Amino acid sequence: MPRRWRLLLTTLLVAPVLSLAGEGEAQQLPEGNSCIQCHQGLGDPRVTPPAERFAQDIHLAKGILCQDCHGGDPASFDPQQSMSRAKGFIGRPKHQTIPTLCGKCHSDADYMKRFNPSLRVDQVQEYFTSVHGKLLKKGDQKVATCISCHDVHRIRAIKDQQAWTYPVKVVDTCGRCHGDPAYMAGYSIPTDVVAKYKVSVHYEALTKKGDLSAPTCNVCHGNHGAAPPGVGSVANVCGTCHGVPADLFAKSPHQKAFAAMGLAPCVTCHSNHDVMKTSDDMVGTTDKAVCVTCHDANSAGFKQAAAMRASLDGLRESIGRAAARLDQAEHAGMEISQARFELRGATDALLKTRAAIHLVDRAVIQKLTDEGTQIATAALAKGDKALDDLAYRHRGLWVSVGIILLVIVGLVLKIREVDRRQDRERIAERRE
Amino acid sequence: MALPRMVQRLTAWLDERVNVTEIWEFVRHKVVPVHRHTVWYYFGGMTLFLFAIQVCTGILLLLYYRPSAEEAYESVQFIVTEVHFGWLIRSIHSWSANLMIATLMIHLFSVYFTQAYRKPRELTWVSGMCLFGIALFFGFSGYLLPWNALAYFATKVGTDVAGQVPVVGHLLTQILRGGEEVTGATLSRFYGIHVAILPLLTTGILGIHLFLVQKQGMSVPVELERSGSPPTTMPFFPNFLLRDLVGWLTALAVLAALAAYFPWELGVKADPFAPAPAGIRPEWYFMYMFQTLKYLPAKIGPLDGELVGIMGFGLGGLFLLLVPFLDQRAARGEKSPLFFWIGVGIVTYIVVLSVLGYVAPGGQ
Repeated sequence: MPRRWRLLLTTLLVAPVLSLAGEGEAQQLPEGNSCIQCHQGLGDPRVTPPAERFAQDIHLAKGILCQDCHGGDPASFDPQQSMSRAKGFIGRPKHQTIPTLCGKCHSDADYMKRFNPSLRVDQVQEYFTSVHGKLLKKGDQKVATCISCHDVHRIRAIKDQQAWTYPVKVVDTCGRCHGDPAYMAGYSIPTDVVAKYKVSVHYEALTKKGDLSAPTCNVCHGNHGAAPPGVGSVANVCGTCHGVPADLFAKSPHQKAFAAMGLAPCVTCHSNHDVMKTSDDMVGTTDKAVCVTCHDANSAGFKQAAAMRASLDGLRESIGRAAARLDQAEHAGMEISQARFELRGATDALLKTRAAIHLVDRAVIQKLTDEGTQIATAALAKGDKALDDLAYRHRGLWVSVGIILLVIVGLVLKIREVDRRQDRERIAERRE
Repeated sequence: MALPRMVQRLTAWLDERVNVTEIWEFVRHKVVPVHRHTVWYYFGGMTLFLFAIQVCTGILLLLYYRPSAEEAYESVQFIVTEVHFGWLIRSIHSWSANLMIATLMIHLFSVYFTQAYRKPRELTWVSGMCLFGIALFFGFSGYLLPWNALAYFATKVGTDVAGQVPVVGHLLTQILRGGEEVTGATLSRFYGIHVAILPLLTTGILGIHLFLVQKQGMSVPVELERSGSPPTTMPFFPNFLLRDLVGWLTALAVLAALAAYFPWELGVKADPFAPAPAGIRPEWYFMYMFQTLKYLPAKIGPLDGELVGIMGFGLGGLFLLLVPFLDQRAARGEKSPLFFWIGVGIVTYIVVLSVLGYVAPGGQ
């Protein structure tokens, strides 16, 4: 039997068995497709995995098969025919051609509409504005292309939880290159960004709280157009989520001062990849405060920082006192839910004050903390009143119990008197 | 002691019309047997006193309570925070309800163990059992009225259990809930049941119960009856009534102390869309049933475990209701050890399962 026919026979017998293998939700591979059946049947680790992985690829689900990227004739089981250059077979695409190859469909609005009318078609265009795209154009063979982030032959929809582009997996996708010092040698950028990001409040929100809107690499750097945000655009990037602080910062005296010093807004105080949960300790003049990084002791800014911190502490302590008093009253069984609800107004004022710190305006902060303190004081007064009421109830109880006891004593005396009288009467009756 | 002239004239006026002298003579000659079990006689009167407190405080709560899912919680909150002595009225109503069920259970089992249900007091027992059932339903319906989270989910569980009753279960749940789910319609319905239907039924059945007690007098224990000698007695008025008053005043002082030191919690408002809070549990007098249902396996033979539990409680209730007709020895005036030990078993079961409901892992 000629070698070609032996190969075909082996392929036809083995392929159905192999098509059952694989992980995840595999789809049914098409029958009569020579690319898939031959590559599966070969059992060669160099050429078989793509055919096996393809069972989980989104393209297969949409009816897009091997020949749509690689060319050739899948109807023919003659390798000379199926992999004929004359039939458009391109083999394994070169690294620098991948964006253009994917863009053949993904940049064609008419074609993409068939699958999803709202799908964007500017990814390739955007890619060439990225650092990756620019370096690729210069002939860099290591930079990321489409398949570096989306996988190859097992490309999944971005909403698929197993996709490399699913929000919680993005950091590891980027980290495969950007967290690998050996791979990144030659590019003068740090490789500790992945480790830093993984201790950030953003990563915690994304992975522990399951908040998929929390930022990961692509949210701040862009995905197809990935690039580090410049000093001038950091506030805009952070401001897409943290709008209020960003707006307040833009109106603050810090805005001009930071620009003059060449400091990036937001990240200078909050850091970039390892953004920690904020606390009131960041404001003020202690070692933990970020203000002292720039403001020397006795400078106007230093005094301003101390005053803002004092306002924050004052309001927070007022809320704490009121909450403790209400807790005390509640544990004693008093109904204080209305006061507790009202105290939320003071907590809101504290949150507004914390945001207003970015404006660096002492008068605004004082006004907000005064409003909050007023609400907290009113709640504290309600807690005090509840405890006073409780004391009044206890006094009232003991007075009532005293009266009841007196009546009981009177009744007991009356019972004894009646019993004795009746005993005397019975004895007198017996004598008679 | 001579009565004031004004009172004498009023009595004479009434006597001419409704013959009050006859009633007075009845009261004057009414006697209460004195023996080692006399103490149990006080629990009937104590239950009646606590019921009177329920009626008075319930009427006062009605002045402010608003029976709708939107306003019920807020109205109770208003009662306990804004209305003068509203906290006291609400706490006394809640505590008194619980004490009333407790004294009612003591009364019930004291009658059971002294075999006071025997001929000719079968109807007194049956009317008392009906009052016990009504009291439990009073508790169940009243628990939901503040519309707080615990009560909401406990009612959901309670009405789900009613759904396990064979044949009519689903219909029963729908009738209780006023629909498929516990909603504002359930609250309106429970309110109507709590303040109109149950009080009406109680008035009628309590009237019959008290009439029978007066008509037949107090029962004496079998051994005393069989001794042949007439029991020692004390006059109801004033001797027994004065003792009753001491008990009632003590109960009042206990209620006031409970209200002042352990005000009845309001909790958080019910939110049908929120997950069920931890620690959902019924009132203590339903705890033994709740705990039993938790211990039963999902299937017992071909039947659902819960269904078997419900049928068991149903049969238990039916046994208690019919005990005067089942206990033939007691009807003949003899002691019945079998029924005594069945009673001991029932009480032990209730006590043990109730305690387990509070202390067993996952019981809270």
